[in-house]
Amino acid sequence: MSRHIRVDPILCDGFGQCAELLPELVELDEWGYPIVSDAPIPASLGAEARRAVAMCPRLALALEERRAREPAGAAP
Amino acid sequence: MNALALSETSSAVQPQLLSGRRYDAPLPVLSRTGDRERLLAEIEASGLTGRGGAGFPTAIKIRAVARDRSPVVVANGTEGEPASAKDKVLLVANPHLVIDGAVVAARLVGAREIVLAVGRGDAAAIAALERAVAERRDKGVALRIAAAPTRFLAGEESALVNWLNGGPAKPTIERPFERGVYGRRTLVQNVETLANVALIARHGADWFRRLGTAKEPGAALVTVLGAVRAPGVGEIELGMTLREVIALFGGMTAIPQAFLLGGYFGTWVTAHDTLDLPFTNESLRPLGASLGARLLIVLPQDACGLAETARVVRYLERQSAGQCGSCFFGLAAIAGVFERLASGGVAAPQAVERLSRLVAQVEGRGACALPTGAAGLVTSALRVFAREIDAHAAGGCCGPHRSRVLPVPDANDNEWN
Ligand SMILES: Cc1cc2nc3c(=O)[nH]c(=O)nc-3n(C[C@H](O)[C@H](O)[C@H](O)COP(=O)(O)O)c2cc1C
Ligand code: SF4
Repeated sequence: MSRHIRVDPILCDGFGQCAELLPELVELDEWGYPIVSDAPIPASLGAEARRAVAMCPRLALALEERRAREPAGAAP
Repeated sequence: MNALALSETSSAVQPQLLSGRRYDAPLPVLSRTGDRERLLAEIEASGLTGRGGAGFPTAIKIRAVARDRSPVVVANGTEGEPASAKDKVLLVANPHLVIDGAVVAARLVGAREIVLAVGRGDAAAIAALERAVAERRDKGVALRIAAAPTRFLAGEESALVNWLNGGPAKPTIERPFERGVYGRRTLVQNVETLANVALIARHGADWFRRLGTAKEPGAALVTVLGAVRAPGVGEIELGMTLREVIALFGGMTAIPQAFLLGGYFGTWVTAHDTLDLPFTNESLRPLGASLGARLLIVLPQDACGLAETARVVRYLERQSAGQCGSCFFGLAAIAGVFERLASGGVAAPQAVERLSRLVAQVEGRGACALPTGAAGLVTSALRVFAREIDAHAAGGCCGPHRSRVLPVPDANDNEWN
């Protein structure tokens, strides 16, 4: 199991705060919407990741446990 | 919405899916756990995968949904892809086989409700289903027909479930096998998949595997359009070559330039690379293509692949639910640049580079696969029509003066509910 950041693209309105709080894992596309890294959250960034999730004005971010090689939102 | 001659069917195999044969023998009852387990093992052994486009193993999905105490089964016959007609043809030819499969699936997962979902604009399929439902005497399960908005996204499973729950036919981030109709685990299965479930329940896995390849067993419905003599829907064996599939539709009427495989979510491939390859995902994957909902469109030499793609990309952009930022902005930008590329008058290298950058920004980003599908279509067009791109940049456009091959509905069905 590994821990990842997941964005709900429907809720997200492109505030971009997550990219400021967590530039290591989040970059913004040219319209200001977050492109979230697929990589597991490194232990050193755990606190920042939790903060980014808690501070999202649209509550569009979540922490997600993933089994090895399981892509986000895959079929069962 | 659909301009195809739906009555045209051709088959390479003794048709089962399109035979219209009504079985007299009752379906297996499956009241005991052991019976259900045996049939599930049979479906697993058959290797049946979803026929709605994603190709997910059916047995795994059934097992996931069976965990709920009262799940729901949805037969997905909405077929919003404008160029595809296989599900519409199947529903008219053999509605009982689809319902048989839905009833078997309901018994396997323990569902007491089956929703038969079709496009609202598909009068023939609705009539066929209404007639068939009136003839059914299935015990312990209620059947209902739901006429969904006729639009591309309405067949995406979370959108369909959202609409069935009273919302708009827009995708959500829920996965129906976890949370579907009424919040219950819901088995959404393409109607052709269900028809195969019925056949496997009657004849077994070995019978199913007598056709097709080891990795992609079975017969399949295809829609074949474009420069072929008898465009329409047919039943083929997976593993036939593209040439053999096309021959079934009367052969080609012009020298082929490229094929569009899989649908508007699909991939362009050059004709001479692929004509003698087996019509399977396995053989086409190295070319970046997959069979999707098993659509094959033959683009003749004198058509303009860029103009065709531009029209389809604009269509896909208009189908966006506008919910996800990257889809809303990204597809509009892609459609605009592609149209300029297709009409000449832009510096081709810059346009191609811009498109690649845009594609990278929409791929895998949406709640649903619409932006990813559109991105794949664009990427394959840039590859397959590279020479056309140069020609357009040098001499302006050819597209508007040429015949149109890919059907794109002019009038949008604007309803989401
Ligand atoms: C934009 C979009 C449109 C879709 N349209 C259809 C459709 O019209 N019919 C269909 O069966 N599946 C469609 N699908 C796939 C469904 O989401 C789902 O995977 C399928 O119905 C599951 O059935 P299967 O496993 O039997 O293929 C669509 C998917 C996407 C992303
Ligand atoms: S990706 Fe596009 S079509 Fe899919 S849910 Fe988001 S906005 Fe809608």
